[in-house]
Amino acid sequence: MLRERTFNIVAFLALPLVASIALALDEPFIISLATRAAILALAAVGLNLALGLGGLVSLGHAVFFGLGGYAMGILASHAQSYVPLDLGFIVIEGTKSMPIIWLVAVVVSAATALLIGLLALRTAGVYFIMITLAFGQMFYYFTISWPAYGGEDGLSIYVRNDFPGLNTLDPIQFFGLVFAVLAAVLWVMGRIERSPFGLALGAARQNAVRVETVGLSPFRLRLVAFVISGAVTGLAGALFADLNRFVSPTMFSWQMSGEFIIFIVLGGIGRLYGPVVGACLFVLLEHLLSGISDFWLIYLGTVLLLVVLFARGGVIGALSKPDATHD
Amino acid sequence: MTDPLLDIQALSKSFGALRATADVSLALVPGEIHALIGPNGAGKSTLIQQIAGGLAPDAGRVILDGRDVTGLNTADRARLGLGRTFQISALAMENTVLQNAMLGSVGAARNAWRFLQPVMGDARLRKQAEASIERVGLEEAANTPVSALSHGQRRLLEVAVALTLDPKVFLMDEPMAGLGAEGTARMTDFLGDLRKEAPILLVEHDMDAVFALADRISVLVSGKIIATGTPDQIRRNDDVRTAYLGDEVLP
Amino acid sequence: MTTLLLIEQVLNGLQSGIMLFLMAAGLTLIFGVMGLINLAHGSLYMIGAFAAAAVAAATGSFLLALIASLVAAAAAGVVIEVGVIRRLYDRDHLDQVLATFALILILSEGTRWLFGSFPLYLDVPAALAGPVTLPGGIAYPAYRLVIILVGLVLAVGLFLLIGRTRIGIQIRAGEADREMIAALGVNISRLYTLVFALGAALAGLAGALVGAIQSVQVGMGEPVLILAFVVIVIGGIGSIKGALVGALLVGLTDTLGGVLLPLALSGIMDASSATTVGSALASMLIYVLMAVVLIFRPTGLYGTA
Repeated sequence: MLRERTFNIVAFLALPLVASIALALDEPFIISLATRAAILALAAVGLNLALGLGGLVSLGHAVFFGLGGYAMGILASHAQSYVPLDLGFIVIEGTKSMPIIWLVAVVVSAATALLIGLLALRTAGVYFIMITLAFGQMFYYFTISWPAYGGEDGLSIYVRNDFPGLNTLDPIQFFGLVFAVLAAVLWVMGRIERSPFGLALGAARQNAVRVETVGLSPFRLRLVAFVISGAVTGLAGALFADLNRFVSPTMFSWQMSGEFIIFIVLGGIGRLYGPVVGACLFVLLEHLLSGISDFWLIYLGTVLLLVVLFARGGVIGALSKPDATHD
Repeated sequence: MTDPLLDIQALSKSFGALRATADVSLALVPGEIHALIGPNGAGKSTLIQQIAGGLAPDAGRVILDGRDVTGLNTADRARLGLGRTFQISALAMENTVLQNAMLGSVGAARNAWRFLQPVMGDARLRKQAEASIERVGLEEAANTPVSALSHGQRRLLEVAVALTLDPKVFLMDEPMAGLGAEGTARMTDFLGDLRKEAPILLVEHDMDAVFALADRISVLVSGKIIATGTPDQIRRNDDVRTAYLGDEVLP
Repeated sequence: MTTLLLIEQVLNGLQSGIMLFLMAAGLTLIFGVMGLINLAHGSLYMIGAFAAAAVAAATGSFLLALIASLVAAAAAGVVIEVGVIRRLYDRDHLDQVLATFALILILSEGTRWLFGSFPLYLDVPAALAGPVTLPGGIAYPAYRLVIILVGLVLAVGLFLLIGRTRIGIQIRAGEADREMIAALGVNISRLYTLVFALGAALAGLAGALVGAIQSVQVGMGEPVLILAFVVIVIGGIGSIKGALVGALLVGLTDTLGGVLLPLALSGIMDASSATTVGSALASMLIYVLMAVVLIFRPTGLYGTA
């Protein structure tokens, strides 16, 4: 069996490998499937900081995914219609530039995560789960009943947004961009895990009193983790919207939040690459099973149930052996 | 007498009709071990909670190094120099001994807001953590996860983490519990030396250790301090004998 | 806005509140006694509605349909508890969330496989189909009035069950201390199954009762489940009284907000944007209510820390 670190590298490189093979075989659909997996992985990598390291079971991370999606949708639709967004006190031009859209998505998600976190982190355990879930529903119903950007029907963007130096409409180039973002975020997350902040956050999950006793505030640690986590998931939302060239309230749905958690647990909780492996596996299962049966979610549910009940280390835990001890 | 580093003034706390802490005053002066003893249910845990910041008193004040900390939370009090160890080990169980001590150094440096530098690569923090581990004799186990430590080793680690904070006073809740004879003897020696660095408020059930170590002893019964004095004075105090009669024999 | 319309909306709010209570009571009991967060509670609501629709279609009897909803949901509850839920009591909340999320997938898709994707309809019994005239000359649908009454009767029954009976004492003891009731010789595992089945039956009945007003379809349970979560967060987890107060608050806020907010806004903007903005804001109102409650009482109105 491979060591966990080796397994992670192999699993991580599987994505570009699949995309390259698909390119060689001229299968753009497979490339876009790999892109989808990478974006969903990114969303779950964001959640994993709060959930895996911080122990915060957020069942409302779709809020940030949706906000990222709508940041893209709103900015691009105003660019598309050449009508600036007039908020009364400020007029915002639309844009088709991905870097700007990403920045807006990250800032809006982070600010929202700060507000939700300030409230939700006053509570713990099952209250926290239910409150994050409820905030998700709040955004979901709001987007459904707010007609300006398509309401329930969502919003289509006809042309994918631009990134300097790339032709983003070429599937493999867009995949490359997404994969680069995922790789960069994974690198940062890996650093965060081993940083003083990461040590303190992980300790706050295991024993909050211990963290207080050394003079640190678990609340602030968790709040910062929640904000970073929301920002990353928001970035993923903007990419997801660009992949589909479409945003709808579904991005805010609580099933979406549930799926992010599933990715993390399928891959193996508390592991940096867990969400990546989990998201890839999910997209693969979705693709294979939905080809076999209309009722493929039954099989997915069964797999998930079995993983939760009997295989708590997830796929990485089952298929690799622990790394040699190191510090 | 020198000014106390920790001065507890007339603390009171009730839960409904139960007066868990009734007008308790205690002082901890530099260089001393002040032991707090009392039969089970006397209200020791409630009192410790109020001193450490986990529970707000109904009345009274806690003064730490001349500063009123009554309104501050646990983390603030720790930052102002209160080093605490727990009766039931409160450690990050999945982390190693060194990582737990490093958490102490991060707290002492008051800087958990660094996100990209590896904490284990910070030579200054690491040196501090390793020094504390070495002082309690856990250096061999530095890379062992806490979950694999023996009960006694966890006790020592609790003390090591408190040491990294370089506190002004120690608040130790039953550091001898479950240590065994040899462990207790070692801990007794260690605490005996430690008092020179910072005074210790010691809550302990092991009467041999208490009477061997303490400069002063306060006896808590039903939420009230019924006596404070040197071990000899306490040993001869009739009220204390009555409170303990049949319960435990004073050495 | 006339007083009559307002009274009608208050009654609608009560009706949706009391149905929410039937959902929330089970959730909060299951959490209080077993410490389990059960996302699949909405599926039991759905199972009750489908069982009722199927039996009503086969027999034409609404009463039989209601009985079927109780039996089917309770039976499903027992099967789920014994097969899956039982293994989750000692697990952390994350495992509970995931496993019960998986159950939703299985139960929803299973129901879709059995009954198809199209909504079923459950007709209100003929005797209750028309309106009744209330004192003051308000015409109000008889069926809605009856389900308010049925809900209230069930609420009283539940309070008596918990407060006055032997089973109720065991349930309350179970909330306080698991080991103690084991020491008293109560069969815990049977008690847990019973509590779960009771919660399931209440959810199933609510599904059937509401199913006659709305349509019966896959996925109908989840919006109600989330509202029920909001209810018990507001009321305080584990508290039946909190569930009742929370349910009525949420039901009334949701119903009245949808009517009153657009009306209030029409004073400061034109009619069509008042409707748009008002209904969009109204959809957020119960979450704002929840947030406000939590700011002042982080463990809910009747929750204990």
